[in-house]
Amino acid sequence: MSLVQRSNGRPYAKLASNLFAIFCGTCMWLCIATLVLLLWNIFSHGWGRVSFDFISSPPSIIFPEKSGIRPALGGSIYLIGLTALFSVPIGVGTAIYLEEYAPNNRWRTLVQTNIANLAGVPSIVYGILGLGLFVRALNLGVSLVAGALTLTLVILPIIILSAQEALRAVPHSIRTASHALGATRWQTIWHQVLPAALPGMLTGVILALSRALGEAAPLVAIGAATYIRNVPSNMFTDEFGALPLQIYNWTDHSDKDFHVAAAGAIVILLTVLISMNALAIVLRYRFSKRIQW
Amino acid sequence: MATTTTSSAVAKPMLAHKRPLWFEGVIHVLLIGCAAVSIVTTIGIVLILLSQSIPFFSEVSLVEFLTGTRWTPSFEPQHFGILPLFCGTALVAGGSALLAIPLGLGTAIYLSEYASPLVRDVVKPMLELLAGIPSVVFGFVAVVFVSPLVRQAFPSAHLSNALNACVVVSIMILPMIISLSEEVLRAVPRSLREAAYALGATKLDVTVRVILPAALSGIVAAFILAITRAIGETMAVSLAAGGTPRLSLNPLQSVQTMTAYIVEVSQGDIAAGTLEYRTIFAVGLALFVCTLVLNVFAQGILGRMREKYE
Repeated sequence: MSLVQRSNGRPYAKLASNLFAIFCGTCMWLCIATLVLLLWNIFSHGWGRVSFDFISSPPSIIFPEKSGIRPALGGSIYLIGLTALFSVPIGVGTAIYLEEYAPNNRWRTLVQTNIANLAGVPSIVYGILGLGLFVRALNLGVSLVAGALTLTLVILPIIILSAQEALRAVPHSIRTASHALGATRWQTIWHQVLPAALPGMLTGVILALSRALGEAAPLVAIGAATYIRNVPSNMFTDEFGALPLQIYNWTDHSDKDFHVAAAGAIVILLTVLISMNALAIVLRYRFSKRIQW
Repeated sequence: MATTTTSSAVAKPMLAHKRPLWFEGVIHVLLIGCAAVSIVTTIGIVLILLSQSIPFFSEVSLVEFLTGTRWTPSFEPQHFGILPLFCGTALVAGGSALLAIPLGLGTAIYLSEYASPLVRDVVKPMLELLAGIPSVVFGFVAVVFVSPLVRQAFPSAHLSNALNACVVVSIMILPMIISLSEEVLRAVPRSLREAAYALGATKLDVTVRVILPAALSGIVAAFILAITRAIGETMAVSLAAGGTPRLSLNPLQSVQTMTAYIVEVSQGDIAAGTLEYRTIFAVGLALFVCTLVLNVFAQGILGRMREKYE
């Protein structure tokens, strides 16, 4: 009643409503404009620097124009490979346990709450954990393995949560049918549930790995150097570089020419990340359309 | 057609059934092991942080650490008061929230109440893209693009300053604010909207007087989660805000946050076991406690909100 009277009594109600809509729309366009401006600035700054030489030569302390990203790129590729190797089995295993095995009791709630909280822990804290645990206590040193294990802990909550969501999307009737045909629990999961949940899991894994690829803070915290001249050849002993660390090193330089090199490295990093993100979005979109239970 | 698919579905598990039954048990144990990793991670974080913090606090009193106003661990006379670092973190997180919250909430309202499904389908992946840009890239943006602009507007500003960091961190937390708030706004039952429209309310009335109050607790939780993210933000802040621990709320000066301090110390060659080495763990512990408390609080609010509308 009161609302009716008010809107009749307020000649500007419609105008105010429209102005509010315009305000909200402007907010959205501002966000998009920020993204576009950001990418445009970075790409126009660094595009000229991207060449085969840039990718294949090592960085230089003195000559920004001769500097390249070979060791950093090599290090990043190894890091991501190892991180995927460690994080995917553990993450998917945890998700399967929580969705398919764990009884609905306190223990399950504890693990679930714990994972939600781990997802909110700043990545630098994982770096400190890596420093204390992998680098010092397990004596792995500042090596690729220590770096990859640290990154694994950073992205594990992301992989677990997205894999759980993918498993939950598989309808219960599939499991019941499989059990009814005499399949055991694991046979049901391996032959029926996992194939159906695979695209959703893949999306989550790709997004998590792209997060690991851009992460620099945990690597800095475990003591990784930001300036490395060689691609690591031994994953237990050699020092390693990574693309985000190289970008940090160049950005921190006072010489503006190094900023151009940083922009070049960012162009390459972002190109890889955007492709990974696009792949994940396409995967999710296609499978959400195709599979209709 | 139907028979062939059924028979193949039966055949597969039947063939695989030759495996002994203990195999099921082994799988079960392995999966429990996977789940235990995340529990061990939490215990590991706490143990590692405490193992170095306890010796630190035996030399520096907890009271001095929490109330001291000077932070000079690397030169004589050494002072270990975390307040300047805390102040830097609060300034950057608070400033970026101030910039990001109105913009983010406006966008979330537009996406949930006004935008057509097509616009939503295009804009949301773009926001995910923004969320996927790494921290160090925002550090670069702060140094190369934002800093000159800030210094043009405020000639007295330091080369690295808190405002730089606020601007880039606000862009970083925008996607999070938008997606979480939008989710909460869309969870408000349609019946509430319809009822308000039926009473003759305009879209503004519905949004501001019906939907926002109904979604308020969830939106607050979204803001807290975004602020937590800003507190933990490291590379962008350490590049943008500078490295001078300072107890001041002037955004044009160079400040140091807790995270940036950890980065600074990690980059130097500091021998394990020294008091300075242990500061990393003490500051890390402070950071961990701050973010954990805020996170648990926000998760609690979101959990109650979900129960209410599901």
